[in-house]
Amino acid sequence: MNIIKTLSQNKVAMVGFAVLVMLILVAVLGPYVYEGTPWKMVQRPFIPPFENSSYLLGTDILGRDVLAGLIYGTRISLLVSFVSTVIALLIGIPLGAYAGYFGGWVDEVLMRFTEIFQTVPSFALAIVLVAIFEPSVYSITGAIALVSWPPVARLVRGEFLRLRNQEYVLAAKLNGQSNRNIILKEILPNSLSPIIVLASLMVATAILLESSLAFLGLGDPEIMSWGYMIGSSRTVIRQAWWLSFIPGVAIAVTVLALNLLGEGLNDALNPKLSGKRES
Amino acid sequence: MKKIVMGVVIACLPFASSVYSKPSDGGTINVVVQPEPPSLMIGMYSNGTTQQVGGNIFEGLLRYDKDLNPHSLLATSWENSNDGKTWTFHLKPDVLWHDGQAFTSADVVFSVDKLLRQTNARLRTSLAFVDSITATDDYTVVFQLKEPYGPFIRLFEVGTMPMMPKHIYAGTDYKTNPANHHPIGTGPFKFDEWQKGSFIHLTKNENYHVKGLPHIDDIYWHVIPDAASRAVAYETGKIDVLPGGSVENFDVARLSELDNTCVTTDGWEFFAPQAWLWLNNRQGPTADKRFRQAVMYAMDREFAKSVLWNGYGEIAKGPIGSKTKFFDDSLPDYEYNPEKAKALLKEMGYDGTPVRLMPMPYGETWQRWAEVIKQNLKEVGIKTTIVSTDVAGWNQKISDWDYDISFTYLYQYGDPALGVARSYISSNIAKGSPWNNAEGYNDPQIDKWFDEAAVAFPDSKRAELYKKIQHKLVEDVPVAWLMELEFPTIYNCKIENLIDSGIGINDAFGTAWIKQ
Repeated sequence: MNIIKTLSQNKVAMVGFAVLVMLILVAVLGPYVYEGTPWKMVQRPFIPPFENSSYLLGTDILGRDVLAGLIYGTRISLLVSFVSTVIALLIGIPLGAYAGYFGGWVDEVLMRFTEIFQTVPSFALAIVLVAIFEPSVYSITGAIALVSWPPVARLVRGEFLRLRNQEYVLAAKLNGQSNRNIILKEILPNSLSPIIVLASLMVATAILLESSLAFLGLGDPEIMSWGYMIGSSRTVIRQAWWLSFIPGVAIAVTVLALNLLGEGLNDALNPKLSGKRES
Repeated sequence: MKKIVMGVVIACLPFASSVYSKPSDGGTINVVVQPEPPSLMIGMYSNGTTQQVGGNIFEGLLRYDKDLNPHSLLATSWENSNDGKTWTFHLKPDVLWHDGQAFTSADVVFSVDKLLRQTNARLRTSLAFVDSITATDDYTVVFQLKEPYGPFIRLFEVGTMPMMPKHIYAGTDYKTNPANHHPIGTGPFKFDEWQKGSFIHLTKNENYHVKGLPHIDDIYWHVIPDAASRAVAYETGKIDVLPGGSVENFDVARLSELDNTCVTTDGWEFFAPQAWLWLNNRQGPTADKRFRQAVMYAMDREFAKSVLWNGYGEIAKGPIGSKTKFFDDSLPDYEYNPEKAKALLKEMGYDGTPVRLMPMPYGETWQRWAEVIKQNLKEVGIKTTIVSTDVAGWNQKISDWDYDISFTYLYQYGDPALGVARSYISSNIAKGSPWNNAEGYNDPQIDKWFDEAAVAFPDSKRAELYKKIQHKLVEDVPVAWLMELEFPTIYNCKIENLIDSGIGINDAFGTAWIKQ
């Protein structure tokens, strides 16, 4: 396919893609390689990285293996971010589609509703939601999804507004196709590319949100995550900076990889832009 | 009537300072106060920081050294009758309140019988044993007890029984008296200014009743809400004293290595904070004694002490702390022994039902401690789920008995009748407070022993009863004792004789001085 071909020619995007694939592999296979639990206190605390060969990245303030924490953290970061993005899309796409397609008072009502969420700072809202429902994987995923769908709705609405008067849509209408059919089969497929790009960036944002929540102590207390690792080490940052630094790098690399991939997708999916490149 | 003279110590308030070279006068001390106290009125607020600041403005009749022996302060001598029921206190003459009025026995009777009886719940419990308080002359007060109440002599510390000025409070509404904002005591320092959110300023009391004291001119108590900023303020020299608990434990090790920095764990003997896990005795696996014993064996308390508390503190052996009176050191140890824990769990037929573990929302150390305990328990097969809450939620859940295992720590106030019995006697089982018998332990024998021990006379009889109590409780494990906590005070070594009593920083500055 043309898109894949264009994408594969974009070296930067491929680097991002490769990193992401690697992270997914780590998330899926890591726990099989590293059995047990990342919470186990395995050695004396504060072993610096690359000093003890069995604990390559050293140990944290309680003597827990930092590498094990990193591996298990990959799992939760990716899981929460992917699931919350899917949920956000499931909320945002239908809302935006209806608003854009029908216009009029439907649009008014749905967009005002969206604005309610947009006017509240998303991180503050996420904190409140997680605090109310007590921190757990479910509440965190739900809270992130709930604060990230408005941009999706606005984007989809914009696309639908643009496309609903296109000739093929009018043709479908004259043809007597149902609204549902037109939305799902005619317009949506044609507005997918910006949604895919946005989704890839939303995953990155969700990772940051999850980490920030965990950093503030609002992570699932049962689960080792990168944000938790940074948060729990911040009191010792003067003595053992690497404990905050290592998971920080993991977050940075993951978010960067997703951004590179998103950028690449944007280039590949946007015909005008890719045309310009070729010329 | 023949009397036993319990202690006549002639005006020897600075009981430790003679060890040092000759004190010099002058200078200013900057101290951290965390959190900012709601008030300095020590007779109405029992908050830790109210006591820390207010303890330098107000005074009790007695002071207690680090072995909890009473020393003279506003009372120069005191006697107890043969039957242990009549206590006579002789007050120091020529003591002035900060506003120049004379301090007399009328102030004592008013403070204890009127004001504190109404405002201080902890003292009120003990005052139930007091039949009458009378002033026989201007400088003599007689306390007539209903029974020979053992802990009576340990009630005279400034935080428990501070002397309040009768001429200001008598006949007013204590809670709204304007003097609450401008406290007037007899202490070595006078209140000067309080800029909310910033600092509290105390100045030297030039007319202090102990000749030559205080040495220091000014004390500033600074409000710095963030733990890391407090540490930095100390490093930059803005702050001279970090009272125990005002920086994170992980910072203690780093700060104590700084040049010219002294660290002491003294000055908590009177409070002897004891940390334990509430184990809900009413329901679930924690209702089974064998499960509770298994928890004791499963915990690696040495690890927690060395890693989380930097080696400060002691492993708790039982309900009574080793610094508190009547501690029995012949108690059997619950050593770290996962195998024994597993055997006990097997014997009771524990089916792996998960239990909830609620950390204390008091900062990083407590959060990490919960993670350690969770891991310890997991290794013997007890599955726990951590419940996170904020301070209000934590208070609420313990008060409502809605927990399985939770952390806490409580003060012991020098005597088991004052600070220990409250957590184990069945009359103290009541919803609504996280500080009573929240675990729901109920044993008539223990109730009876505690009741008898409070009023047994003399002390040897009390010791015998407390020994029985300790052995029985250690066998039953109503709560899982963790550690006797120590909160190191970090201070600039230029300050001499800072911690001079069993309540440490709470009445420290009257006797401290700065090396010139």
